[in-house]
Amino acid sequence: MAEKFAVHDPRGFPPKVVGKRLAPRLETLDGKVVYLVDCLFDNSENFMEQLRQWFAENMPKVITKTIKPRESWVEDPEMCHAIARDGDAAILGVGL
Amino acid sequence: MGLSLAVEELGVPTVPVHTHVFNRLVKATALAGGVPTLRNRFVPQPVVGASIETLRGYIEGTDPVHQEPFMKGVIDALTQPLTDEDLKGASFDREIPALLEPDSEDNLQALFRQNRWTDMMPVVLPTEERVEAMLKGTSVPRDKVVGYMRPTVFREAWEFNVEKVAVNAVMAGAAPEHLPVILAMTSLGITARSSSTTSFAAISMVNGPIRKEIGMNDGIGAMGPYNHANTAIGRGFGLTCQNVQGGSVPDETYMGSVGNWLAYSACFPEAEERSPWEPFHVTEGYDKDQSTVSVFFGGWYTQSGYGPRETWENKFRRCLSALEQYVPPFIVMDPLVARGFEEMGFTKQKLKEWCAENSRLKARDYWDDMAIQTLVKPHAEAGVEPFATRLKADPDEEIQIFEPDEINIAVTGGETQANFKMFAGRFSRGTGGGAARRRSIAVIDEWR
Repeated sequence: MAEKFAVHDPRGFPPKVVGKRLAPRLETLDGKVVYLVDCLFDNSENFMEQLRQWFAENMPKVITKTIKPRESWVEDPEMCHAIARDGDAAILGVGL
Repeated sequence: MGLSLAVEELGVPTVPVHTHVFNRLVKATALAGGVPTLRNRFVPQPVVGASIETLRGYIEGTDPVHQEPFMKGVIDALTQPLTDEDLKGASFDREIPALLEPDSEDNLQALFRQNRWTDMMPVVLPTEERVEAMLKGTSVPRDKVVGYMRPTVFREAWEFNVEKVAVNAVMAGAAPEHLPVILAMTSLGITARSSSTTSFAAISMVNGPIRKEIGMNDGIGAMGPYNHANTAIGRGFGLTCQNVQGGSVPDETYMGSVGNWLAYSACFPEAEERSPWEPFHVTEGYDKDQSTVSVFFGGWYTQSGYGPRETWENKFRRCLSALEQYVPPFIVMDPLVARGFEEMGFTKQKLKEWCAENSRLKARDYWDDMAIQTLVKPHAEAGVEPFATRLKADPDEEIQIFEPDEINIAVTGGETQANFKMFAGRFSRGTGGGAARRRSIAVIDEWR
């Protein structure tokens, strides 16, 4: 029978995961402000513009506003609070 | 996805949109964020480079992950009431055991490979005895936290201590005297296993007395597999990064499209004694008797040449304009090349300035780049220099693409050929934004 060895686990220590709730959903998007968040990835500006045009043509009662974070892939509390203050929903993309 | 979680926490429903190849990564990130039911939606890959018509087709087409019309999914995600699962969230601890269940060498090698704790080559199994022996390479307590590591900025950071670095150093085949170097490298928090789609690697360079003390090679083949210390330190750095950060698994925690061979091992010492210039760490403000390690983040490209020959200026201009313009060059030259420049009257600083002045592209070519569009353009639009000036340039105007302080020069090699290389290698002094927030140099002596 082959000799058995006790060896160390090479992995680091993950942080504790703390569950968070999703925000309540809307009954309808009609008359609501939907922020289109251009996450700054290459060509996402064009994607968001096409999304804006889609809403204008297909769901004209939805009010869309386009917004960008100050930098790619970093937290932007100011932008998030602007969305919460002035908006009802947000579509973020295209995050890769 | 971090922005989406932040907005949800403020009470506003969101839909993060991704391309379909990131489905597994998105699920893992949402779970680690405590929101496993985050309502992501997907369009086909790629968005980068897609025409307006293609993008519109994605919007009017089918979500390739959920197999439903994309816009129906987006609207449902914002309007369908929350389920019990949505309301629960997910809180949990992930315990990592100190020791694994005892098993045979063959089974443990297979386990490490299956769990992707290796670089797919056999490792030295980190038995208790070997880890104890490795820890004798440092006087720092085994439970001291060395730092935090993550595959990329939007993933969670995992903590790691001296013992975890020692475990991975054993696996890499390192010796105890190599451990302080690996500890210093990892303390910087710059991962050698970035998950970026662009396939980064980290190149590291050792300066100071420790190079000789541990027998590193700055002669023939300094950047190749010809020296135990060079190779084992580089491999140990990579294995430590991938394991302490929670993995480097393709399609989960690694998304580099083509990968990078430099990720196996890329560590060398500077040939300080044979360089005509002051050592790199002295230029950075350290004493020559201090030992340091510098981590250059990049590895995207390599340019190569000889000289300085009669037409060196043309050669350097061609090399500099051919570099991927997001990551500045780390120029490594054989002592023969360095002495040649020195005889021509170049100091290191003067050569850096010449290279910066002659790193030029037409503005159109500079801006037509994925990384520049994604990471630099927002700064330019916000008025940050020198990017704002570059953005104002006429598309046909030639603009300078690197600054002198971004370009770094070091000397190594065996003087069998007057050869130089230019590697993608970002070095940060910890004073900038974005990728330049972290310092790229650490003092090894603090980890002895």
